[in-house]
Amino acid sequence: MSDRVIHVEELAREYLMGAERVQALRGLTLTIRRNEYVAIMGPSGSGKSTFMNLMGCLDTPSGGSYWLNGQEVSRLTDDALARVRNKEIGFVFQTFNLLPRATALHNVELPLVYAGTSARERRQRAEEALTRVGLENRMHHRPNELSGGQRQRVAIARALVNRPSLLLADEPTGNLDSTTSEEIMRVFAELHRQGQTIVVVTHEPSIAAHAERVVVLRDGRLDSDTRNTQVAA
Amino acid sequence: MPVFEAVRMALRTIAAQKLKSFFSLIGVLIGVTFLIAVVSIVQGMNVYMEDQFANRLIGLNTFTLRRQPGINTGNVTEETWRAWQRRPRISYDDADYVAERLHTPALIARYCADRMTLNYNGKVAKDIDLQGTEPSYFEIKNIGIASGRIFTPQEVRVGAPVLVLGSEIGEKLFEGLDPLGKEVTIRGLPYRVIGVAERRGTLFGISLDKFAVMPFRAPARRHICPLNILDELQIKAPNPDLMLTAMAETEALMRTRRGLKPSEENNFDLQNASGALEGWKKISTVLFTALPGLVAISLVVGGIVIMNIMLMAVAERTREIGIRKALGAKRRDILAQFIIESATLSTVGAALGIGTGIGLAFLVRALTPLPAAVAPWSIGLAVALGVLVGMVAGVYPASRASKLDPITALRAE
Ligand SMILES: Nc1ncnc2c1ncn2[C@@H]1O[C@H](COP(=O)(O)OP(=O)(O)OP(=O)(O)O)[C@@H](O)[C@H]1O
Ligand SMILES: [Mg+2]
Repeated sequence: MSDRVIHVEELAREYLMGAERVQALRGLTLTIRRNEYVAIMGPSGSGKSTFMNLMGCLDTPSGGSYWLNGQEVSRLTDDALARVRNKEIGFVFQTFNLLPRATALHNVELPLVYAGTSARERRQRAEEALTRVGLENRMHHRPNELSGGQRQRVAIARALVNRPSLLLADEPTGNLDSTTSEEIMRVFAELHRQGQTIVVVTHEPSIAAHAERVVVLRDGRLDSDTRNTQVAA
Repeated sequence: MPVFEAVRMALRTIAAQKLKSFFSLIGVLIGVTFLIAVVSIVQGMNVYMEDQFANRLIGLNTFTLRRQPGINTGNVTEETWRAWQRRPRISYDDADYVAERLHTPALIARYCADRMTLNYNGKVAKDIDLQGTEPSYFEIKNIGIASGRIFTPQEVRVGAPVLVLGSEIGEKLFEGLDPLGKEVTIRGLPYRVIGVAERRGTLFGISLDKFAVMPFRAPARRHICPLNILDELQIKAPNPDLMLTAMAETEALMRTRRGLKPSEENNFDLQNASGALEGWKKISTVLFTALPGLVAISLVVGGIVIMNIMLMAVAERTREIGIRKALGAKRRDILAQFIIESATLSTVGAALGIGTGIGLAFLVRALTPLPAAVAPWSIGLAVALGVLVGMVAGVYPASRASKLDPITALRAE
């Protein structure tokens, strides 16, 4: 089996704004391999989030093709996409996107609920995932009882609990101070060391510096694709 | 999404917003309260009418032969009434004729009664139901004797001036003295008290103990019935089947005696307890027919309110729906979640309604003589309706939720 986690060819996404067409992505070709740690950068409106949503199977392209782990997913049905999101993708959002009324544990269990995992195994795996991000003492806290950094770690635990092949993070440190950001980036680095494939969208060079590869978009096209010679610790 | 998970989530939402939830559930609550309370009260009324009203007034397995119905629970027109008045009355000879020829084993009591005043030593008991009859009457009406004795067939034959008093009169006229052996007068005619009946209590708040019983041939008979005429013949059979046989037999006997042609209607009346209840049965049928309509209206209103609550919930929780979808929830997962949530809400409303309904039934039971009893089937029906209304009300909001685009939903505030 090939080690391409992501392969996109001539990927395009057009939005219709009334009569006007907005071309958010205009033919992007890119491959991401297993255990790569990629940062996606670019000016505002360059199509980073659009690309993320397509990679995360939250959205479908208006042109081009997308293979995820060798499977063409660009034209799957809603339910099939839901299954792919559940099994293959772990999301980390800028705004955490935790369920406010649920405990950390329950939030982390959620992907397993939709995977049809038994209650026992759900709980055990959610506890493992929370322990992995250092929150073994915060399992029964609700999001509003946690700091921003802790919330983002709950979100990371949730993203990892189904053992996805791809971890996608859109501005994961956008709502965090620099110390906490560093903390989160250390978690990512550790996950990467353990073999996780990671794609992070960011504006900040200091965050991108943690990745081993930096992809820059401009106007919906690939602007540059470079390897970081010196990866920050 | 497991059902249990969704139910728990719905309960948590309700608990978090108790007041709002209460108001949103009030339609279902009222509908179900109505269902439980009306069913239990009408059924209690049925039991009361049968046990208390009909059986105590007419007697168990008993029917009466009269000129016209003794108990009318329906409306009687002026015209019918006048037709009744033109019928021949029941004579001593009619009674003998039936009594001699009836094959079905039965107790028979000739009976005549009217309001009379009793006097004792300057004291007066007005409006006493003076009943002229025979010993079998006590068995037919199940009247026990507290002290003394009832009169004998011999005393009936000779028309002895003896009386058995209802318990209330004994207290009123004799004030603690033993009534037995005392002499009271009825329109100047002297009567000796030979027995006092056991207390019979009240019916619809009316005392059943203001009566005095004498042999139907006793001297005062001329004040309560015309010569050789009876109000009614009471006939009690050992069981309901034999009662119907005896009724049919009596009808045939009377028709023969009165020489009625097959085309002619009866010019007498036969009535038993269930006949006396016909009017009430009509009322209870109307109630049971109107009930589904009233319950349905409340439930439809309740369902619409719940649907709106669920639409609001979907709008408020768009972000949550987006998160769930991002984590792998399929359309049917979201659909099921909101339908179950809606059904849970509505079922909680139904449960509260069942509680209030049972409460109302108990209140009626405590405050009135009606033995209102909650029918188990009405509770089952209420729960089923609660679940159903919630599910139906939840379909549209849930389907809106399930069709949300994940990215749009995730961006919602
Ligand atoms: N739902 C939408 N409807 C219409 N246009 C959209 C939609 N989503 C994005 N766009 C447009 O597509 C382009 C790319 O947007 P995108 O969100 O991918 O940018 P981005 O690189 O993530 O920017 P930022 O750094 O500000 O997050 C922008 O011009 C944006 O206005
Ligand atoms: Mg963006």
